[in-house]
Amino acid sequence: MATLGDLERTVMDLLWATTESTTANELRDAIAEVPAPETGRELAVTTVLTVLSRLEKKGLVERERNIRPHRYRSVTSREDHTAELMHEVLVTAPDRDAVLARFIGSVSEAEAQTLRTLLGGS
Amino acid sequence: MFWASYLLAALAIVLAWPAPIALSRADWTARAPFTAMVLWQSIALAGGLSMIGALLVWGLEPLGDNLVAASAGFLDLLLDDASARTLGVVHVFAISAAVLLFAHLVFTLALTFVRIRRQRSRHRDMLTLLSSPSAQQPATVVINHPAPVAYCLPGGAHSVTVMSDGLMDLLTQAELDAVLTHEHAHLHQRHHLLLWAFAAWRSALPWLPTSQLAQRAVSELIEMLADDEALRRVDRATLVRAIVIVGSGEVHPDRDELAASAADELPRAARADPTGRTLGNESTAHRVRRLLAPLPPLRRLQQAAALSAAGLLLVVPPALLVVPELVG
Repeated sequence: MATLGDLERTVMDLLWATTESTTANELRDAIAEVPAPETGRELAVTTVLTVLSRLEKKGLVERERNIRPHRYRSVTSREDHTAELMHEVLVTAPDRDAVLARFIGSVSEAEAQTLRTLLGGS
Repeated sequence: MFWASYLLAALAIVLAWPAPIALSRADWTARAPFTAMVLWQSIALAGGLSMIGALLVWGLEPLGDNLVAASAGFLDLLLDDASARTLGVVHVFAISAAVLLFAHLVFTLALTFVRIRRQRSRHRDMLTLLSSPSAQQPATVVINHPAPVAYCLPGGAHSVTVMSDGLMDLLTQAELDAVLTHEHAHLHQRHHLLLWAFAAWRSALPWLPTSQLAQRAVSELIEMLADDEALRRVDRATLVRAIVIVGSGEVHPDRDELAASAADELPRAARADPTGRTLGNESTAHRVRRLLAPLPPLRRLQQAAALSAAGLLLVVPPALLVVPELVG
C-alpha cells in the first residue's frame, strides 16, 4: 500500500514532467501507468484530489479555479525547489541552527584558503 | 537565608559571564570534547538554577529560614491572606521575577522544540519529494544539487542523512564513507538534543552574549565528538581529506600523492601553520588541525577534576536553596 508521501511524490513527478496543467482525472490515469511498487493500482479520484490539496497547502501546486474541472500545475520546477531547500541548508541563520547538523558549516574564502594550506596545497 | 541568596546571585553572575568565556577560550576542550560538553551543560543548568534561586530565596526570606519552610509560609499567605504585611514590595517583585524567569525558560524550551520539530518535518516533506534513496546506504538520500553538501536531519525513526550529487562527484567512496560515519555519529549520539537545549538557551537569553558563545562552542564540540567517533571506523587521513575537500569546495591537485603519504605528511603540514585558532572563528580549520596534529587526551586526573567541577555546579545551587543553614 502506498503512503501519502509516496503518492505526493508520484504526483509531483508527473506535474514536474510537464508544463501543462492537468486535471485530477488525467493524473489518476497517469498514475495508473506508473509501474507498481510506487503507488499500487486502482486509485480513486478523491484520493488524487486529497493529495493535490495537500500539495496545494504546502505551496507546491496551484489550482486554476475558474474552469471546471479544476486544473492543477506545479508552482515551480523541481530544480527551483531543490535550490530553495539547499539554500535553507547552506545559509546559516540563528533560528535554524539546531534543525540539522551539517558535515561542514559555512566556510569563508579565507578559511578555505587555510584548509588548502593545511594540506600543503596551492 | 540572606547569605544563600547572595551566594546564588554571585554564582549566577560567574556562570553567566566569566565562566563561559573562560571555557570557550580553553584549549583543553579539543582534547576532551565530551568532558567539555558536560561542563557546558552544567554551566547552563546551574546558571539558570542560581539565577532563579537567588531571586526566590531573597524574595521569600521574611517567610522562613530555608526554601521548604518559606514555601510553606508562602502557600499559607496565598491561601489565607494571613500575614501579607511580612512581605515587602521588593520581595513580591523578586518572587514574581523568579516565577517569570522560570516560566520564560521552560516556555522557550518548549517553543524551540516545537519550532525545530516543525522545521524538520517540513524539510523532511520536501526531501521526500526531491531526493531519491541512496543505493548503498540505508536511511540515506541523495539530492540533485551541485554544491557538495552532507547533513543529517534528526527525527527518531525518521532520521535521515542527506548527500548531494556534488558531494558524490567530489569524493571517493572511502571519503564518502567517512562523511556518512561522521553524520551517523551525530544521530547515534543524539547531538540534536544538545543543539536543541542550547538553541533554546540562546533564544531565551538573547541579551546574554555568552548564550551565543555557548551555542557556538557546543556546535564545535559535537563536530569533534562526531569526528572522533568516525575515526574508530575510518582512516584519519581520509576523514581529513573529506573535510578539506568539502570545506574548500575543490579537490586537492596532488590527491593521489597525498593519499599515499598522508599519514606522515599531515602532522607537519599542521605545524607549518602556527596561527592556531586565534584567526577568527575558523571552526572547520580548527577541526582539521585537531585531526592533523592530535594532542594526547586530557589526563585522567584533569578529566576527573573537570567532571567534578561539573557535578559540583549541579549540586551547589539546590543545596544553597534547601539547606542555607550550612552557610549562615
